[in-house]
Amino acid sequence: MSDAKTFFLDEEEIPFEEGQTIIQAALSAGKYIPHLCYHPEFKPHGSCKLCTVRIDSRTVTTEDGQSVKIPGRAAASCTTPAQAGQHVESEVPEIQDLRRTLIQMLLVEGNHYCPSCEKSGKCLLQGLAYDLGVMDPHFPQYFSKREVDASHPDVLLDFNRCILCELCVRASAEVDKKNVFAISGRGHTKHLICNSESGELGDTNLAATDKAANVCPVGVILHKRHGFEVPYGQRRFDKAPISDNPAQYAPVKEQV
Amino acid sequence: MPNGNSNGSDTGAVVAAVLARHGSDGTRLMQILREIQEETEWLSPDILTRVAEGAKLPRGQVEGVAGFYHFFHTEPLGSYRVLWSDNITDRMAGNADLMARMCKKLWLKPGKVSEDGLVSVDTTSCTGLCDQGPALLVNYRPVTRMTAERVDQIVDLIRHKTPLAQWPAEFFHVDDNIRRKDALLGADFKPGDALKALKSPQEVLDAIKESGLRGRGGAGFSTGQKWDFCRAAVGTGPHAAHYVVCNADEGEPGTFKDRVLLSSYADLVFEGMTISGYVIGAKKGFVYLRGEYRYLLEPLNAVLEKRRAAKLLGKSILGRTGFDFDIEIHLGAGAYICGEETALLESLEGKRGVPRKRPPFPVTSGYLNQPTAVNNVETLASAALIAAKGAAWYKSIGTPKSAGTKILSISGDCERPGIYEYPYGVKVSQVLADCGARDTQACQIAGASGLAIAPNEFGRRIAFEDIPTGGSFMIFDNTRDMFQVARNFAHFFVHESCGFCTPCRVGTTLLANAMDKIDEGHGGEYDISDIWRVIRTLKTASHCGLGQTAGNAVADTLQKFRPSYELRLNVRDFEPAFDLDKALSKMREVTGRDDPGAHFHINHRKSRSGLGTKAGEPS
Ligand code: SF4
Ligand code: SF4
Ligand code: FES
Repeated sequence: MSDAKTFFLDEEEIPFEEGQTIIQAALSAGKYIPHLCYHPEFKPHGSCKLCTVRIDSRTVTTEDGQSVKIPGRAAASCTTPAQAGQHVESEVPEIQDLRRTLIQMLLVEGNHYCPSCEKSGKCLLQGLAYDLGVMDPHFPQYFSKREVDASHPDVLLDFNRCILCELCVRASAEVDKKNVFAISGRGHTKHLICNSESGELGDTNLAATDKAANVCPVGVILHKRHGFEVPYGQRRFDKAPISDNPAQYAPVKEQV
Repeated sequence: MPNGNSNGSDTGAVVAAVLARHGSDGTRLMQILREIQEETEWLSPDILTRVAEGAKLPRGQVEGVAGFYHFFHTEPLGSYRVLWSDNITDRMAGNADLMARMCKKLWLKPGKVSEDGLVSVDTTSCTGLCDQGPALLVNYRPVTRMTAERVDQIVDLIRHKTPLAQWPAEFFHVDDNIRRKDALLGADFKPGDALKALKSPQEVLDAIKESGLRGRGGAGFSTGQKWDFCRAAVGTGPHAAHYVVCNADEGEPGTFKDRVLLSSYADLVFEGMTISGYVIGAKKGFVYLRGEYRYLLEPLNAVLEKRRAAKLLGKSILGRTGFDFDIEIHLGAGAYICGEETALLESLEGKRGVPRKRPPFPVTSGYLNQPTAVNNVETLASAALIAAKGAAWYKSIGTPKSAGTKILSISGDCERPGIYEYPYGVKVSQVLADCGARDTQACQIAGASGLAIAPNEFGRRIAFEDIPTGGSFMIFDNTRDMFQVARNFAHFFVHESCGFCTPCRVGTTLLANAMDKIDEGHGGEYDISDIWRVIRTLKTASHCGLGQTAGNAVADTLQKFRPSYELRLNVRDFEPAFDLDKALSKMREVTGRDDPGAHFHINHRKSRSGLGTKAGEPS
């Protein structure tokens, strides 16, 4: 181990600066760790758990000469500070399997009909699913009833696909200073709400240029009159897998 | 009794008065919403807007808080809101039939409001009355020992719109049921005893450390060390301060010891808080009281008043200049997750009860990001005794690693359910013998997130070095079905997950659905392997202890009581949950037909699989 501040990500040495989380250091070093609710411009949230890693597993030798692996603690790499010398496992079968399960959980919780979704090909959930080799949602679908809100002149909300990453909530509060979005309910009833007595987006002060209107990683917050401007097959993750370019994170501005 | 017909202007006046009472302080949002709702019955969109404006909070945030807690309603739920406690012990005592009877008599479906807007009937998680169940809450006041007769009486009272204040007092009677006292419950303690014995804060801290006192919530962190960290931490900002918080959000199914401590030993608890404040340098303490214990609010405030009058609280306690400390009671609103200390702090600040990221820990950054010592009710009561009687006395009780006593809340199949205090180290078999348990098949210790143990483990001990527990101890005899116990707990977590993180929000539901599928006779090995996959995901990836332990009961019963699952498993590896015949039931209801021709191949299906759909059903 060198004196400079480094840790190990899947046995590879990664430098970091004090105060960086594991995922920040990894992405800066060009290493991809799957994530959905993390976005470099916002305070880490730690809710999707896609970025879960194992930290400091140990292998010990028992009396009868067998080596046994004692798993380290699992933690969300977007909220866990990097520490010198720690060993982080990310692309190992157990963790990738966990991530596939989490993706499948999100796929059955909402209604994700990719073939008819405008976001197809540039959706982080879909992109991650392909990258991780998720072949089907596996679990029984919820078929949850979620309404569409078309009350705003420029922006449409299709709640069917909301994964509750709260990026729009954070963007609206931290960047736009408007608090257009919030969360209500809890557990399986948790859902996104708009900041108006009617509950409708049209009654809020959201503008199509707001950060909150351009940050959704899936197909919930969509701009009206801009659908399918780039055809399927030519979109971001149609051309290259999501893990290909870790530094260029997410569509910071919706590509239209 | 809330008035059922508050009109717009009334509502405005109520909101304004409540806001004024709380200085329109957004951190007091929970209390503001609760006090308004006690008058208006529900929190209408208009009320939420007014509160948001008054407290200068985004409306969405206020709605989000109202939407988080089970006891706040953003839709009208009737002038009488009946909530049946639905812990497994209430079920064993027959709550389902009684609730069905009540609904039938009121012409109601569970969860729906009667057409005249008078009443709604639903279930809620454990209300902490397992020793005198089946229990219910009516407008958040507990009614114990429900019987068919009592159901009929209540239905009459509701139909006649009798105000709660005129209901028979015995309905609301809650017993302590203390069956075994030891060092704490049996202590000869008068208010002020511990405060009069106080030496310097450092000396008190040393005594607490030396006594070996550990947190009674179950995790067992050293109390002295916690206080030490908190005392050493520095407050920040213009309102730098230290805080003491008493965690009385006793939500773990099967626990009710805090209910008894707060009912009959409140002085001991408050004195413990005062001592904690003295040690860490706090001037203010909060009791976070669970919403189910709303009925204790007035009695507890009366005790606080008495203590203020006796100079045991307030400025210059017992004449010591500079020793100022006071206590305020903060009422929760029906959210088990708020027992998790960081969720509790969020809630105390008037927010949704979502657990925080850690670090930082509450001892350095707790309530309003100030150093905060969060302690269990029983821990604080023990601390008061230690301050009064000394560390050596306390340390001599219990085991080397678990000093002192533990209060157990015992319920389920035994002759004498109630409160039992034992020195740490007591064997499970001893506890079972003392409470008159017979033919015991299993004990669920430490609640729904705890441990299910089988008879071959009854020699184990209640202690941090063996079985740690917050105090929940539920007993199941040979007639009980451990599968149903686990299924009940699985549903409990669906209702109580905060929903913040993916694994817990979705995983708890998938787990409960899989248990239901098995219960209905549609489960096979495929479902069992799915269950394990969900449990692994919950344990590994969940944000907090709730999600991490939500699969424990199912995992334990699958390992130790496997036959109760086998009975129900289908012979085939996979069977869909979708049942065509069941899908037709709506049409049967609509058409009023229930003859064989209105059913889909029901007999065919059964004979083909060779198994009845449910255990015990003839095949
Ligand atoms: S709308 Fe989009 S950004 Fe907002 S919580 Fe849902 S998925 Fe996340
Ligand atoms: S584990 Fe469950 S209760 Fe805990 S933070 Fe996640 S969703 Fe909330
Ligand atoms: S990216 Fe870390 S939890 Fe979502």
